[in-house]
Amino acid sequence: MSKTTVLDLRELRRRQPRFTGMDPGHRACQGCGQSLAAHIVTEAAGPDVIVANATGCLEVFSTPWPQTAWRVPWIHSLFENAAALAAGIETALKQQGRPTKMLAFAGDGGTFDIGFQTLSGMIERGHNVLYVCFDNEAYMNTGVQRSSSTPHAAATTTSPAGRMRPGKRHLKKDLLAIIAAHHLPYAATATVAYPGDIKAKVRRAMAIEGPTFLMIHAPCPLGWVHAPELTIKVARAGVETGLTPIVELERGKLVSVLPIREKRPVTDYLRLQGRFRHLLGDDPVAVQEREHLQALADHNIETYGLLAREGDVRDSVTAALVRRGGAIR
Amino acid sequence: MRAAFEGSQAIARAVARCRPQVVAAYPITPQTHIVEGIAKLVADGEADCEVVSVESEFAAASVVLGAAVAGSRAYTATASQGVLLMAEVLYNIAGMRVPLVLTCANRAVSAPINIWNDHQDAMAVRDAGWIQLFCTDNQEAVDTTIQAFRITQETELPVMVCVDGFILTHLFEPVDLPSQEQIDMFLPPYRFSRTLDPRRPLTLGTLVGPEHYTEVRAQLHGDLEAAAEAILKADADWADLVGRRAGGLIKSDGPHTARIGVLTLGSVYGTLQEAARELVPDTPLRLMALRCFRPFPAEALRAAVDGLTDLVVLERAIGPGMGGILATEVRAALAGLRDAPRVHGAVAGLGGRDIPLDILPRLLALADAAEPVRCSVIDLQKMPPARLGADR
Ligand SMILES: Cc1ncc(C[n+]2csc(CCOP(=O)(O)OP(=O)(O)O)c2C)c(N)n1
Ligand code: SF4
Repeated sequence: MSKTTVLDLRELRRRQPRFTGMDPGHRACQGCGQSLAAHIVTEAAGPDVIVANATGCLEVFSTPWPQTAWRVPWIHSLFENAAALAAGIETALKQQGRPTKMLAFAGDGGTFDIGFQTLSGMIERGHNVLYVCFDNEAYMNTGVQRSSSTPHAAATTTSPAGRMRPGKRHLKKDLLAIIAAHHLPYAATATVAYPGDIKAKVRRAMAIEGPTFLMIHAPCPLGWVHAPELTIKVARAGVETGLTPIVELERGKLVSVLPIREKRPVTDYLRLQGRFRHLLGDDPVAVQEREHLQALADHNIETYGLLAREGDVRDSVTAALVRRGGAIR
Repeated sequence: MRAAFEGSQAIARAVARCRPQVVAAYPITPQTHIVEGIAKLVADGEADCEVVSVESEFAAASVVLGAAVAGSRAYTATASQGVLLMAEVLYNIAGMRVPLVLTCANRAVSAPINIWNDHQDAMAVRDAGWIQLFCTDNQEAVDTTIQAFRITQETELPVMVCVDGFILTHLFEPVDLPSQEQIDMFLPPYRFSRTLDPRRPLTLGTLVGPEHYTEVRAQLHGDLEAAAEAILKADADWADLVGRRAGGLIKSDGPHTARIGVLTLGSVYGTLQEAARELVPDTPLRLMALRCFRPFPAEALRAAVDGLTDLVVLERAIGPGMGGILATEVRAALAGLRDAPRVHGAVAGLGGRDIPLDILPRLLALADAAEPVRCSVIDLQKMPPARLGADR
């Protein structure tokens, strides 16, 4: 006698073989780019990993004791030591002959600023660690303060826009160039606008024995001041204006870029976000700062050769298409 | 094997025989010889471990933390500025209850910068939640280091072994270096109950809110107090194995009839013993070395001062604005004790200032004072007071 079991959707989903490294139901804001990126990265990395997570939004929203969102072994120690912590775990794994891959997660504050020294040390010593920086361009966990990753002229709580100052005075640090100067095997940028691209880059990095670096542009609706449902749109506009170059480097040399099919003006990016609201008017400072940001985008496009050429199969439009079997590469 | 070693080399060999799997450190005088020694033992194939030469003490502490939670026995050493740069990680390690051993080659803290011995560095992190054991000589440094690996594993509390910089680390003296067989009998292989492993995914280092934080901190306090038992047991088992103790919680020398006692930390204990023999052989005197500073062994101290009318506390650190740190804690521990001795505080030997034998009569003179002496900084005559003022 055959027996038929009726499963509800929830149970079906639970039984699916697809691996997830993070459970839903954590406390991230709606539309959080970092949460999305962390889900994608851990899914692509698979179960045989250990994560060392810096202090920041991701750590806080995923582990309010006694709850945890993590399905992989995970440790948080401090704000500025994720790379050193990961280096220590990796050293132990190597010493014990365990093949588990080490991941380090940190925000831009934990990467560009306070954790920069331990990151540089970890890469210099050649630890087998994939370091992922979730770049939301400010210290979000403490309430949207500027970091050295905050774009020029963006308003944060410590670089507010006012009559005398148009937001952050300084430029976004070119961290990728500094990382590249370590001549590490692999470094790349990605964005939540292209999940397939993130996964492909994670898989590449996972296969490399040695230090690898992935920086994922991750909009923060709270800090960037946009509606939660605009996260992907904002991220994509960053790419298509040239403000967010998506590139891959091997041993410090550029080996691939995600070409922009149709270049858009930076205002397409700025006007989606409240942090740039003060730049949209006709006053001379706003006009000047818009020109400045456009020049920075153009500089990126030229430096990395970001404009699509005839015959490019993969570009800023096709990379967003997902077909059965994965994204177009 | 009994042979003459430089203190650092004796410690390095003892560490190596405890079979650490990961060692990470950063150079700072007077600690450096220890990790150089370990690196050489590894290079010569006499120890099988990974030595990670990191870019700062902050990273060193983070690396050994990572190694320990990944299931490897880990060790680091530092001093002075290095301890302070590690401070944030040291609190974190203890709060996460991670087994680690750290040798602190005690040194003064800047400013003014000074590379010589005192205990300010260890005192600066006394509330980090680490077990802190002070050694009076290099034999104790070796034995305590070995015991520390067992204590940390049993209690899941990190252990800081405090060894006077230069005075012990750079001193050549005969030391019995326990054999590999002896150490293997005493020290089981490393095991950590919360090892990070994909087959059993755990989350460590979570955010704990006001509803639970107090319990977690109180538990750390309670467990640190309870660690006294593991410390005593390790010393007793060690004595069964090699025939000598390393000082228990507090060690005491002198007749029962003594009415005056001197309590101190670290190697100056030996100076006081010699001074007592040489300078005041006929004065009944009780000399005490507090081996275990954290957990603070209040009960053992109360027993050790039984019968004393005056207790002079000699220490190599100062709590500016308060006075002696150890003296303050001793007073607190003895408060309410019936017939407690009067406690006199003395500070000496800061920044490597020699503590000569004739300090003992001067300490004993404090006991003659009509009122207890709160904090006497001994030997202040070297720089004219006018200059002290002018430099400010
Ligand atoms: C040494 C130290 N300084 C400051 C803080 C406070 N702090 C915690 S998270 C954070 C900002 C995190 O920013 P980022 O790394 O960009 O991550 P995000 O929260 O934006 O994801 C700060 C300043 C801290 N925890 N430790
Ligand atoms: S503040 Fe920003 S980064 Fe933090 S959880 Fe919310 S959306 Fe995500």
